[in-house]
Amino acid sequence: MTPYLAVVSARFRVLLQYRAAAFAGVVTQTFFGFVRLAILLAFFRAASGPQPMTPADLPAYIWLGQAMFQMVPWSLDREVAALVRTGGVSYELLRPVDLYNQWFARALALRTAPVLLRALPMVVLAAAFFGLGPPPSAASGLAFAASVAAALLLSCALTVLLNVTLMWTLSGEGVSQLVLVTVIVFSGLVIPLPFFPDWFQPVVTALPFAGLMDTPLRLYTGNIPATDAVAFLTRQVAWTLALVLAGRALLARGTRRLVIHGG
Amino acid sequence: MIVKLLAASLRANLHYRASFFMQTVAAALITCVEFLGIWALFSRFGSLPGWSLPEVALFYGLINTAFALTDLFSRGFDMFADTLRVGDFDRVLLRPRAAALQIAGQDLRLRPLGRLAQGAVILAWAAAHVAWTPDRAALAALSLAGSFCLFYGLLVFQATIAFWTIDSLEMMNSLTYGGVYAGGYPLDIYPLWFRRTFTFAVPLACVNWYPVLAILGREVPPAAAWLAPLAGPAFLGIALMAWRVGVGRYASTGN
Repeated sequence: MTPYLAVVSARFRVLLQYRAAAFAGVVTQTFFGFVRLAILLAFFRAASGPQPMTPADLPAYIWLGQAMFQMVPWSLDREVAALVRTGGVSYELLRPVDLYNQWFARALALRTAPVLLRALPMVVLAAAFFGLGPPPSAASGLAFAASVAAALLLSCALTVLLNVTLMWTLSGEGVSQLVLVTVIVFSGLVIPLPFFPDWFQPVVTALPFAGLMDTPLRLYTGNIPATDAVAFLTRQVAWTLALVLAGRALLARGTRRLVIHGG
Repeated sequence: MIVKLLAASLRANLHYRASFFMQTVAAALITCVEFLGIWALFSRFGSLPGWSLPEVALFYGLINTAFALTDLFSRGFDMFADTLRVGDFDRVLLRPRAAALQIAGQDLRLRPLGRLAQGAVILAWAAAHVAWTPDRAALAALSLAGSFCLFYGLLVFQATIAFWTIDSLEMMNSLTYGGVYAGGYPLDIYPLWFRRTFTFAVPLACVNWYPVLAILGREVPPAAAWLAPLAGPAFLGIALMAWRVGVGRYASTGN
């Protein structure tokens, strides 16, 4: 375990250095959060009949989503991409540690450090000025916390899987952008997932991406009651396991046929 | 001369055809997704208070088309912090042509074509629902030109700030990308302080909201609809003046 913890903490300390970027990120995310919330609330003013979410759910859904935006696998690990392209990955293979675990450890730092820098100021801002309130019950709060942890692992499993695909695609530029679109839409960052048309809901819930953001956010607001939390958490964990297994299998194949570039 | 510069960087770009194609498709996809979100909300809620989907599409199409055009021709300003950091701006200053002109022609990226195509399609769809008159067509052109200038001004400001600091420049994204995002909807859904900011500080309302209101046949004083878009070129003018001050106090990063 120790070498992986070392990877996490080393990467973590590196990533915590990007404070100016984090500051700019907070400003930008706050602006976008404000606009997203205003748009959704405006639609509610014309709403007739019951909707899948209440206006009271929206501030928490939007603001926590903006605060944790960096947790979703919206890009691949640039340094790993460079390693694969330049052939540096051969050194990685020489190390007496498991490559999958090592990449997973990197992903863990990549998906937490930027969030830690941004989340606190954004939550404070949103609570002070933009109507972010506490969860309706302690149970919802707990379910949210558990679900965020599960979402983080799911995000890391996806990140590593993307890293592995680099062994085939090399550049990763195209993959990266397609993944960005998919993740942002199906995790609930464009509009909350319950607002997609009813006929589309089975697709949205079947995909793993809902577990990245939508599930924890709706648990926080109580839109998914805390009593249903176990079912949703199970789904998140099951997807994580499936993606880890897929990632491991692909990596094993990738390393067998790996051609090292450069000499 | 600007045409020559742009043509040169265009040729450089086309050397990477596959990558160019993929990036354009991806960029188009990203903006399509945004509009799909609007559509999904309309199909769920029926309407935005006081606005139909084609009407919102007109706001959205005009501002996205204008921004894509700006994005197409302003890459040099957008990336100016890098030019400055590595000291390349020295070379620009040595040449006997206006610096702003050289920067504008520096790097023509075709990636915004994706957004441009998508914005134009939405705009065309929205336009099919408008009762056009020569006046209204002129207003649409005025709005496009005004928005183009306004966004260009914002990017020139962003580049100018780089003379003082290159930290946290991404904050300007709130005004450029954020402005496009916010301006894609009728402004009356936002709180008053927000609308005032985007009328008087960054005159987005002047170049998009007022002319579009007139095109849609809403109650708006003709003077506001016709004169407001001029705020765009005015904003660009102020930005260029600030730019000159910045160039004046430029001290190279040295080599």
